[in-house]
Amino acid sequence: MSGILAIIALAAVLGLLLGIAAVAFRVERDPMVEKINALLPQTQCGQCGYPGCRPYAQALANNEADINQCPPGGERCIRSLAELLGREFKPLDSERGEEKPPAVALIDEARCIGCAICIQACPVDAIVGTAQMMHTVIAVECTGCELCIQPCPVDCIDMIPVPENPQTVAA
Amino acid sequence: MATEIGNRLWRFHGGLKLRNYKVMSTDHAVLHGLPIPEQLILPISQHMGIPARPVVEPGDKVLKGQVVAIGDGFVSASVHAPSSGTVTAIAKRLVPSAAGGTMGISIVLETDGEDKWIQRDGIRNFETLAPDEIRARVSNAGIVGLGGAVFPSHIKLMRDIHQTVETVILNGVECEPYISCDEMLMRERAVPVVTGGRMMRHALEAKRCIIAIEDHMELAGRVLREVVAEIGDDRVSVVDVPTIYPQGGERQLIETLTGQQVPSGGLPVQIGVVCHNVATAAAVQDAITDGIPLISRYVTVTGPGVKNPSNVEALIGTPLSQLIEACGGYTGDVPMLIVGGPMMGYAMSTDELPVIKATNCVLALVSEDVRETQEEMPCIGCMECVNVCPADLLPQTLFLHAKERQLEQARSYGIFDCIECGCCAYVCPSHIPLVDYYRVTKNRIWKIDEQRQKAEHARRRHEFRERRRQRQETARTDHLRERERALDTKDPQDAIAEAVKRSRQHRARRHRKDKD
Amino acid sequence: MATFELKGAPYIPAPTRVQGVMLQVLLALVPGVMAHIWFFGWGIVVQISIAIVFALTFEATMLHLRGKDVRLYLTDLSAVVTAVLFCLCVPQLMPWWVTATGMFFAIVVAKHLYGGLGYNLFNPAMVGWMVVLIAFPRDLTAWLPPLELAEYHFTLFESATIIFTGNIPGELVWDDITQATPLDTLKIQTALAMTIAEIHEDAIFGDFGGLGWEWIANWYAVGGLFLLYRRIISWHIPVAFFGAVMLVDLPFYLMDPDGYLGPLQQVFTGSVVLGAFFIATDPVTASSTPRGRLVYAAGIGVITLIIRRWGAYPDGVGFAVLLMNMAVPLIDYYTRPTIYGHSR
Repeated sequence: MSGILAIIALAAVLGLLLGIAAVAFRVERDPMVEKINALLPQTQCGQCGYPGCRPYAQALANNEADINQCPPGGERCIRSLAELLGREFKPLDSERGEEKPPAVALIDEARCIGCAICIQACPVDAIVGTAQMMHTVIAVECTGCELCIQPCPVDCIDMIPVPENPQTVAA
Repeated sequence: MATEIGNRLWRFHGGLKLRNYKVMSTDHAVLHGLPIPEQLILPISQHMGIPARPVVEPGDKVLKGQVVAIGDGFVSASVHAPSSGTVTAIAKRLVPSAAGGTMGISIVLETDGEDKWIQRDGIRNFETLAPDEIRARVSNAGIVGLGGAVFPSHIKLMRDIHQTVETVILNGVECEPYISCDEMLMRERAVPVVTGGRMMRHALEAKRCIIAIEDHMELAGRVLREVVAEIGDDRVSVVDVPTIYPQGGERQLIETLTGQQVPSGGLPVQIGVVCHNVATAAAVQDAITDGIPLISRYVTVTGPGVKNPSNVEALIGTPLSQLIEACGGYTGDVPMLIVGGPMMGYAMSTDELPVIKATNCVLALVSEDVRETQEEMPCIGCMECVNVCPADLLPQTLFLHAKERQLEQARSYGIFDCIECGCCAYVCPSHIPLVDYYRVTKNRIWKIDEQRQKAEHARRRHEFRERRRQRQETARTDHLRERERALDTKDPQDAIAEAVKRSRQHRARRHRKDKD
Repeated sequence: MATFELKGAPYIPAPTRVQGVMLQVLLALVPGVMAHIWFFGWGIVVQISIAIVFALTFEATMLHLRGKDVRLYLTDLSAVVTAVLFCLCVPQLMPWWVTATGMFFAIVVAKHLYGGLGYNLFNPAMVGWMVVLIAFPRDLTAWLPPLELAEYHFTLFESATIIFTGNIPGELVWDDITQATPLDTLKIQTALAMTIAEIHEDAIFGDFGGLGWEWIANWYAVGGLFLLYRRIISWHIPVAFFGAVMLVDLPFYLMDPDGYLGPLQQVFTGSVVLGAFFIATDPVTASSTPRGRLVYAAGIGVITLIIRRWGAYPDGVGFAVLLMNMAVPLIDYYTRPTIYGHSR
């Protein structure tokens, strides 16, 4: 009998301690979203199924999304997310898209009609131009998200691969 | 003035006592007067920083010492013709700058055998020169750190406005086995070394110049001390440091001489010290006193695979095969040729590579002296690597993170403080190629850092765009509401009349503009 | 044009290999094992043979099942070291299948199921020991007395017979040939409220520790000093272990010399010396930072003393090692050395 009482008492005390710890040592979840967002490529392309990188980061923080949903981030991004979130690495979910080599958009001046739809589409304002005027892509600002390709009514935008600098290529 | 520094020595953590193998190349004088090679290959990138820009074209005739490529940007260095001849091409050639050699754009010079010099001008008394002038001459001479790091030397002769430089250290601590070119330089050209040191001290307005040598370099030490005494500059002194590998590493040498550690990711100048190699000092003296640019250096050609191991004075651009020939050729079947030393050098697949500014040694090894390639076994945690690491790191933990690609953990455990000396890989009983793992991991981290910077930039632009659209949206709705309210307060007939008038005025304006 | 091989630095021959390390550990154990034979007879030889055979068999099987290079890992001798250390912690005439079970848990479970050489969390020899101790308590308490005190001496053949068949020649039973160890005696008799001085009058105690055991410990120490000299082990663990045992025991001993063993006596009874030089120093499962090793070994020392005094088992080294193995990741995290160039 005394043994049973001892076990019950022990369980009660430990439970109380765990409860106190859960409150006293609570970790704030929100800063996690910033940390996760910092690891994402910021192409805002939506291939992960979320309307931008920050919503995806939020979903990851809430444990609603998996770490392998970002094609532009590719394997490197998945590994960084795995390390940060303490999850197991897994290969990119091929249904989301494929990891492509770095590329920038190029507007064919001959075909561009100046409709300004691509300017609306670009998430980082990398396209310069106005209605009825020539549009062009600022190459150094283009993240290769490809969001401008579809909206263009005359299909004048192409993705040109960027040659890798041998000094920065890593395995 | 007795130097406080040099009276006491500190010991850096770890390190290894390695067999020397230097006597084979130091028991006789340096070979001078090698025949001028028929072809000299001059890479435009033989230094840390942006490659130099060629200022010659194929077909141009150049004189010895003429500049053929100019430093492009702040961190860059010029390249000069080591002999007179004709430029035949500017093309990619195999260069011994990394493992196996890499292809680098080079100026190919066919020599004419005349070795005709360009007009040179030197200054007898360097003390009449301002520090800026010394720096300019050093920069024009294309001088870079000849200890191996090949950092443009004129930048390391710049004083920071906020930081005084107390001590210039001349690094004569040649700690890697087999290599002896610096030791022989100090024996044969002690005056240029000491004078170069004095020039550097002058340029940096430092208090003193210390020449550090290994305690086994008796002859070199004696000669240097004699020269220092003769010159009579009491700001210069010679200090012996213990012979341990890697005592010659800049950070370790500074810790030994000053007891202070260079801050992680920082530069020695932050603690008032600047460190230059002794050969760099001699090159500085040559440039200032005789107007000679950097066109040659001492190279140790050694190892059991060479018949007559020796130090040679070689023109930059000379094929390594010619150096070996000058030393009697190979002893037989030589499986490995290394540019650099046995701890940090790079294996090459061929000897048809040019001597570049960084080439301090060519090492030919025979099978018995080469580390056998053993299967990499798992880490047993023996901690030998921790015991020998001169940077106080935990190599086995770094290895674990490197292997598991946990890049942030590798960074937090100090992977960028690794000097890649190879002590850990040397002692590892499981034969893990630790330095290779660290190099790959560093590259991976640089790559993702670069990507993250770009992503951060894109994120900010995106957020700004979102805010702009919000702003425009609210401005539009506000404006519309304003107009609606204005309409509500007006008499509808008046409002229509005003609108018609506005339209006519607008059309008239447009009509006028079109006519112009 | 000459062509050459491409390989990574360093290029000078390596000073050590895993096999070399293990071989030197075995060499260092030889004096202790010889002393063991001298004081207790041939049983240990049979045990070690059986243990090595089972250890290597299990190791080869697991390597094959895991698709690893069998020849490379089998010849690294790590399994042999585990086998020998295990045998030095168990009674000399223990049945062969107890040894086999011990080796199974040591090699298959503690080592390979945790990832193999270099990846195991717990000391394999100690895991094997702990499992058989708890599963077969009777067999693990059947220690022989030193030959000096023993009524019956067994030849090599007779020892083998006992180990393999469980039958003792001459129609003897286990109680006839076994006797309590020094620490067993200590525990039982302190419970009977005898003073240390009285307990020490028992013949089972020698000059400064257990009879026979004290000299075996000395020979382990000789081997240990050899390993220190060869830089196979570093000074941190032995010094911290001995230090903790002696320093923590000292105040208790001074307060009550009748109730506690003196510091030196604590060291020379049981497996403290063996543990300090050979068991706790297992590099894979010990802490991997210099300061961490001091903490780790001191922890083992303290826990050993606690178990000896207040625990149910006579000796605590084995359990102490396993408990501290659990703490190693935490210890490693908090004892990282300051890297060059970071603020001190």
